[in-house]
Amino acid sequence: MTALPPDAPVIEARDLRKEFVVRVRAGRFRRTKRVVGAVDGIDLTVRRGEMIGYIGPNGAGKSTTLKMMTGVLSPSSGEVRVCGLPPVAQRVRLALRIGVVFGQRSQLWWDLPLRDSFDLLRHVYRVPAAEHAARLRRCRAELDLDGFLDIPVRQLSLGQRMRGELTAALLHGPEVLFLDEPTIGLDLVSRQAVRAFLAELGATGDTTLVLTTHDLADIERLCRRLVVIDHGRVVHDGSIEALHARYGSRRRVVADLEEPLAEPPVLPGAPLLRVEADGRRLVFACESATASEVVAGLARLVALRDIAIEEPDIEDVVARLYRAPAPTPAPTPAPAGDVAQGCSITSTAKVPGASAS
Amino acid sequence: MGSVTATVAPPIGRNIIPWFRTFAAITGSGFRRYSTYRQATVAGAFTNTVFGFLRCYVLLAVAAGAGGVAAGYSPAQLATFVWVGQGLLAVVLLWRWTDLADRIRTGEVASDLLRPVHPVVSYLATDLGRAGYALLTRFLPPVLTGLLFFDLVLPSRWQTVPLFVLSVGLAVVICFGCRFLVNATAYWLYDARGAMILWTLSSGVLAGLYFPLRFLPDWAAVPLWLATPFPSLLQTPLDVLVERDGAGIQAGMVGVQVLWAGLILLACRRVQRRAERKLVVQGG
Amino acid sequence: MAEWAHGRSRLPAYLALLRGQARSQASYRTSFVVDLVSNVGATVLDVLTVLVLFRVTRELGGFDRTEAMVMVGLSSAAFATADLAVGNVDGLRQYVRTGLFDAVLVRPLGALPQLLLMDLPLRKTSRAVFGIGVLVVALATAELSWTPARVALAVLTPLAGVVFFGAIFVATASLSFWWIDSGEVGAAFTYGGRDFTTYPMTVYSGWFRAVFAYGMGFGFVAYYPALALLGRADPLGLPQWVGWVAPAVALPVAAVAATVWRLGVRHYRSTGS
Repeated sequence: MTALPPDAPVIEARDLRKEFVVRVRAGRFRRTKRVVGAVDGIDLTVRRGEMIGYIGPNGAGKSTTLKMMTGVLSPSSGEVRVCGLPPVAQRVRLALRIGVVFGQRSQLWWDLPLRDSFDLLRHVYRVPAAEHAARLRRCRAELDLDGFLDIPVRQLSLGQRMRGELTAALLHGPEVLFLDEPTIGLDLVSRQAVRAFLAELGATGDTTLVLTTHDLADIERLCRRLVVIDHGRVVHDGSIEALHARYGSRRRVVADLEEPLAEPPVLPGAPLLRVEADGRRLVFACESATASEVVAGLARLVALRDIAIEEPDIEDVVARLYRAPAPTPAPTPAPAGDVAQGCSITSTAKVPGASAS
Repeated sequence: MGSVTATVAPPIGRNIIPWFRTFAAITGSGFRRYSTYRQATVAGAFTNTVFGFLRCYVLLAVAAGAGGVAAGYSPAQLATFVWVGQGLLAVVLLWRWTDLADRIRTGEVASDLLRPVHPVVSYLATDLGRAGYALLTRFLPPVLTGLLFFDLVLPSRWQTVPLFVLSVGLAVVICFGCRFLVNATAYWLYDARGAMILWTLSSGVLAGLYFPLRFLPDWAAVPLWLATPFPSLLQTPLDVLVERDGAGIQAGMVGVQVLWAGLILLACRRVQRRAERKLVVQGG
Repeated sequence: MAEWAHGRSRLPAYLALLRGQARSQASYRTSFVVDLVSNVGATVLDVLTVLVLFRVTRELGGFDRTEAMVMVGLSSAAFATADLAVGNVDGLRQYVRTGLFDAVLVRPLGALPQLLLMDLPLRKTSRAVFGIGVLVVALATAELSWTPARVALAVLTPLAGVVFFGAIFVATASLSFWWIDSGEVGAAFTYGGRDFTTYPMTVYSGWFRAVFAYGMGFGFVAYYPALALLGRADPLGLPQWVGWVAPAVALPVAAVAATVWRLGVRHYRSTGS
């Protein structure tokens, strides 16, 4: 295996493009060809151990990019290297070093129990028995596979199957794990199990993780770095905080009052967004004021029953991004150090004991 | 074609006109659905045509080897038999129909019960639409190719063409019924693959696709004709068209088809009723 | 092809795929039995059809039944074996349509061997055995005057036929890289080719015979070798040694098929689906 220098990028894409020729019906029998740019000049550098959330609306080019990185599709132009290898030309060598979970395209043997699939994959990927056993042991414990290891894959629930797929993609110890919609269609419990497992995996820093998703909770839980793609271009590349800062999304303070107020209080730097529950609940946006200033200000003015601080809602931001008419050129990709902090963001954080009477 | 089947479909009596409209609408949707598979249609017509050449040459060689007439067929009759048969193959659709079995497997079949139309009627109407589309697109290419490259016979009796049309309509209904029954085994078996393979295997040879059934000795051909629906699928309409027999037998063979069409549709209804009971009682 | 380069070190991996396939199929016990029976049935019917034709006529294209059966035997032994080994490649269409081919491409093995081994229809073994049986019986009843050269020809021809039919299977299946709805077109050349080679070539005529027999090479799979085995002159006028060219035809056809396959994979990569 060609060892990369430790700081070399694991994935590097330069002006990556993919055009498809589609035939459009023009009239009853005539068809005209049209060239559609699915990926329209993507630059991306991913370093070892990063966890990248790759998001965008349907048809934005997420899966196409992933397929070019895994050697399934060849780019129309531009360059891409994964683990230092050109994916299409070195497909087989690359396949030994990456793991892929493509939503509905199973790596497992449909009619066989998971245990058999895992055993077969050991030979397919030529993994030494001891290594294989160690990894499988870990996955069994962390993904809780033991209950269904001996059931044919076709009889597994989607959540169980996805946990199987994840294991299958990891048994050969890949340097990069590509996940295309790993949580799509999963029930809440499975989704959380998958997320927790991936978070754990990313925390070790050995495996680089690239995942596309529609579920922004995946991103909030897992990814420090977010790449937003729209119309085949990168429209944001950086931390979630940077995204909020850039698109002016703000924390909100939600105050539940003891008594409804006729006249809501005015706080400097924190405009009132809405009044709910017949005037018993007020929602303020933290514009120039910090959340604690708002809470302190409120506590002085009114009798509070409870108070909550809501983190900015990433879905709103992203929805706003997608609606933006023309994709703006991406800001400079955030270097890894810049986005290392601020990983776990919970969507609501109750402030305990904030009731004053 | 609709009128043919209206006589054998379950009687609805009082509301015959709205019923007929519903039937026609479903038939139309079947026609439209299959007209979207344009490329598959081209591919299928091409393949049927290639096999037309292969089978036609072989049967002509058989006739030549037998001194001109083989089992009562002249060379032109054999060529007509082959080429029209290649065209009819897609109209009656011997193979590749798994709609019902697929819906049973996925459980979507339950939603068939929610519709106000009897499932057998609904599937039949769709199939007639499909057959109508195949008649336009899959029947003509092989027949025209045959006309272009070989001597074919034209009917000489006045009743042959109407009898042929009736016979083809009945063949479509009988074939639909057989496919429905084969697919319906999926209600009871883990998958209908086994039944489907056996059907594919036997239907081709027993319907007269590979060779006219008259090539068989009488002790095999006659019971086959009367006791199984297979010859009614292809051999009968083709024998009717090439006027292999006298006018009496020609009409009699269509009569056998009428009986088989009635029997098969009754069987479909029965099987469907049992399947519904199973669905309702056991929940699938 | 770079993918084939380290073929030997990958042998265990391919064997693993084969094991998986065997285990998968064994998990459907009832269907397995039905498949087994019906697969022999298919070849039985092919042979039966020929016998029925010879009920009506004493000779077909200038050949009697025992002579024609040699062609039937050569054709069905080669076709059934090729169908067993490579025939399932026609499942490629489903892989391309559903995108499952992506999953094939992310594995560290050659795409074609994977495709063949993952679906290897072991149930068709019975068919291949039966096809070879037909050949053996046909050769035994034809009362040939055996020479060492003819023995070699009787062994070599079916092997070349397997390669030839296998190439036809791969080439026609590759069509679906460009044309997903190619549907049954492949069958016109695979099963159609089988039908063509089953009968003496003299029954066909004109451009149709020229295209199938010489243009695509089907004439050299069974008809000419059978003439050489039977020691009969070609009514169509080619010399006797043509009966020996089956391998020389099969190898270039296989090379063409491999090229078509490679171009197809490249096309798949450039269009996606």
